[in-house]
Amino acid sequence: MSDAMTIHLKIWRQDCGQKDGRFVDYTVENVLVEMSFLEMLDLLNEQLARKGERPVEFDSDCREGICGTCGLVIQGIAHGPNSATTTCEVRMRHFSDGEIITVEPFRAKPFPLITDLVVDRESFDRIQRKGGYVSVNVGSAQDSNALPISKYDADKAMDAASCIGCGACVASCPNASASLFVSAKISQLSYLPQGAPERGKRALAMVAQMDAEGFGNCSNHGECEAVCPKEISIENIARMRREFLKGALGGK
Amino acid sequence: MSKILDPKIPGGPIAEKWDRHEMENGLVAPANRRKFKVIVVGTGLAGGGAAAALGELGYNVQNFCINDTPRRAHSVAAQGGINASKNYQNDGDSVERLFYDTVKGGDYRSREANVYRLSQLSMDIIDHCTALGVPFAREYGGGLANRSFGGVQVSRTFYARGQTGQQLLLGVYSALSRQIEAGTVKMFPRHEMLDLVIVDGKARGIICRDLVTGELKRYEADAIVLATGGYSPVYYLSTNAVNCNATAAWRSHRRGALFANPCYTQIHPTAIPQMGDYQSKLTLMSESLRNDGRVWVPMKAGDKRHPSEIPENERDYYLERRYPAFGNLVPRDIAARAAKVESDAGKSAYMSGQSVYLDFGEAIGRLGRDVVADRYGNLFDMYEEIISDNPYETPMMIYPAPHYTMGGLWVDYNLQSTIEGLFVAGEANFSDHGANRLGASALMQGCADGYFIVPRVVGNYLAKGGLGDVSVDNDAFASVENDVRGRYDSLLNVKGSRTVRDFHWELGRVMWDKVGMARNGDGLNEAITTIKRLREEFWQDVIVPGEAGYFNKQLEMAGRLADYLELGELMARDALRREESCGGHFREEHKTEDGEAKRDDENFMDVAAWEFQGDGKDETLHLEDLVYEDIEVKTRSYK
Repeated sequence: MSDAMTIHLKIWRQDCGQKDGRFVDYTVENVLVEMSFLEMLDLLNEQLARKGERPVEFDSDCREGICGTCGLVIQGIAHGPNSATTTCEVRMRHFSDGEIITVEPFRAKPFPLITDLVVDRESFDRIQRKGGYVSVNVGSAQDSNALPISKYDADKAMDAASCIGCGACVASCPNASASLFVSAKISQLSYLPQGAPERGKRALAMVAQMDAEGFGNCSNHGECEAVCPKEISIENIARMRREFLKGALGGK
Repeated sequence: MSKILDPKIPGGPIAEKWDRHEMENGLVAPANRRKFKVIVVGTGLAGGGAAAALGELGYNVQNFCINDTPRRAHSVAAQGGINASKNYQNDGDSVERLFYDTVKGGDYRSREANVYRLSQLSMDIIDHCTALGVPFAREYGGGLANRSFGGVQVSRTFYARGQTGQQLLLGVYSALSRQIEAGTVKMFPRHEMLDLVIVDGKARGIICRDLVTGELKRYEADAIVLATGGYSPVYYLSTNAVNCNATAAWRSHRRGALFANPCYTQIHPTAIPQMGDYQSKLTLMSESLRNDGRVWVPMKAGDKRHPSEIPENERDYYLERRYPAFGNLVPRDIAARAAKVESDAGKSAYMSGQSVYLDFGEAIGRLGRDVVADRYGNLFDMYEEIISDNPYETPMMIYPAPHYTMGGLWVDYNLQSTIEGLFVAGEANFSDHGANRLGASALMQGCADGYFIVPRVVGNYLAKGGLGDVSVDNDAFASVENDVRGRYDSLLNVKGSRTVRDFHWELGRVMWDKVGMARNGDGLNEAITTIKRLREEFWQDVIVPGEAGYFNKQLEMAGRLADYLELGELMARDALRREESCGGHFREEHKTEDGEAKRDDENFMDVAAWEFQGDGKDETLHLEDLVYEDIEVKTRSYK
């Protein structure tokens, strides 16, 4: 076990139902380098709870980087300083004793803030509902091996399907574009024969919903790819554009 | 005043039971389905699958989850794979063999007919998931790939890298999204079911707390499906997500649903060991790692040399030595217990007194680093981030951790609990895994229950008719809502000095020490006394800051812990009553000379189902006799 650190935090606080919030300073002592960032916040919340103060609300669940629930902007970067990690995977060994750390929510107009560091990402669900699926009912499938899929395509589909829907791509995009998120699903299904019959309709409908939710356009900054905890490639955005174009030109 | 429970298993040969039952089941005509309201609580493979499938059929479905979106249910975290008896590998697999392996793996404490149905449905699950676009791993020829999991001698596990649960859940989520768009399913995210409403003896509604506004809301239905997962966080530290909880199941139990085999818990052999008291969870390292990783400890107790300095002839590959037929791929209960035996004897990894090695040196030599990285890269990365050590160079340190609970609400063959109209699916029920679940079978059960079984059995229940209209203005709803309000007000009004985490941590320690991997009579009695004391202290001294009328995570956690403080005691009582060792339930008084679990089939070939009697009163025990007609009951051996 290593020496304990003292960490100074500037955390965004905003009460439920309030339009405005503010940064509040906190100091947490006895922070161990092995702790995760969220365990450090747990420690802060224990201190606040003991004093009867309202703890800092933040979302998290699996705490191993797969569910996509957590999402904080740490030192100005969505999911913190490390690449290819979610907030819950960030360890305190990446910070130093006495460091001042700013913690903010994932900010974007289509992600309304609920309280403190918690945002509402239901806009993502509404996009998925417009076509992020294959229309097949339970019980009607053929044998899986009757539909051979090359390892290359299966792997490409899997790369895109790794998206955890956390919203870091939106939070870090200067336009608050959801293009990386939307393209991951469109791309996954475009690599697979199961997705083919609905591909044109899917791309058009999902992109239209993305616009309707108020997400901005992609202008190729690439910030999304840089912060994506699952390293989803922006190649998928190019693929989404092709799918959209094919759909718009009346292809399938 | 115990009674013998009737599992309502259909007659006829085991291979024909489900088909025959489907023929006997009543149906609801397509045009009538929209008139029936079904509530589904939970959006994992079982709950989300059931909601989607019921929606496809045209029922009027309301689906609830505590997460901000249904795509985050804890099925998402399953890593290794899903079993199916496809026999794509031509290695002798069949429905019969999957059935046999599962019953044997459960140490002959599961219900035969349910397991057979599960094995039969396993193939349809793979086909449906593939059709939904789940990107299962493929061979170069384009067919699906398989790997092996513990307790079996065939390769029947289908997988999507180390994220099989995530991909299957996203399949469910896509099917659910389609139904939500179609208007058959209405989704309620960030809603927590806090109680069950019974009208005229039938489950007819739920009370939820809107986790954003804090408002209590009433919902009525013709049938209710609980798919709310297991209760491993009763141990505080487990591989489960931090919001996993038993509240919906436990509150239903208090309203009359029997709770079966609460002492059957699965301690998974390969998790990253606990490194300190600050931790909020333990991280699993998939069972698939044991396909290529070799488990060992130093031969000498107290040997704290770095593993690279311990020569081959001073290492004990104890699983390969003790179980030559299955080697490193023995079932979870056996691998976990063996790790405990070694580390209790002072043989452990260098950094932590409670850990053993999982070594990929031989696999990297045989396959090359790239192949190993392709198979397990994401797990190795996770390990390195947490432990700050490179598992390609230094063997992983692992130790068992609470992972899955085989016990749950008692259900009959139709997945109906002892409350009419209340169905229970997935990990939340008890029926398929006996005293130990085999790896890659949880996803199989979740999908079988959700996609295939629930739509049939709920349809049959609704077809029988006799359900009058119920309104949320009914007194029963008001009364249950008052109970819930009173309870949450009480939690806030204690204004004591100890935090929820404080109490949870202490409960977890008692559960792990006394109701964990090894149990004995004295320890269990001690646990019951301690938990009672802890429960009293909790209601006198807990501090829950804030108010009920808005987003309040501490209040959520307090409500869930209050239920764990009751469930924990029942687990200890059930473990105390079961005077035998079977699967994950190991009573130190009952073991063979070489330390293996010793069953007592004469006295305990049963399901123990407990009935709530009121606060502070002992629960009443009911039994279901387990009858094995198609499998010869044997001493379980993996040697």
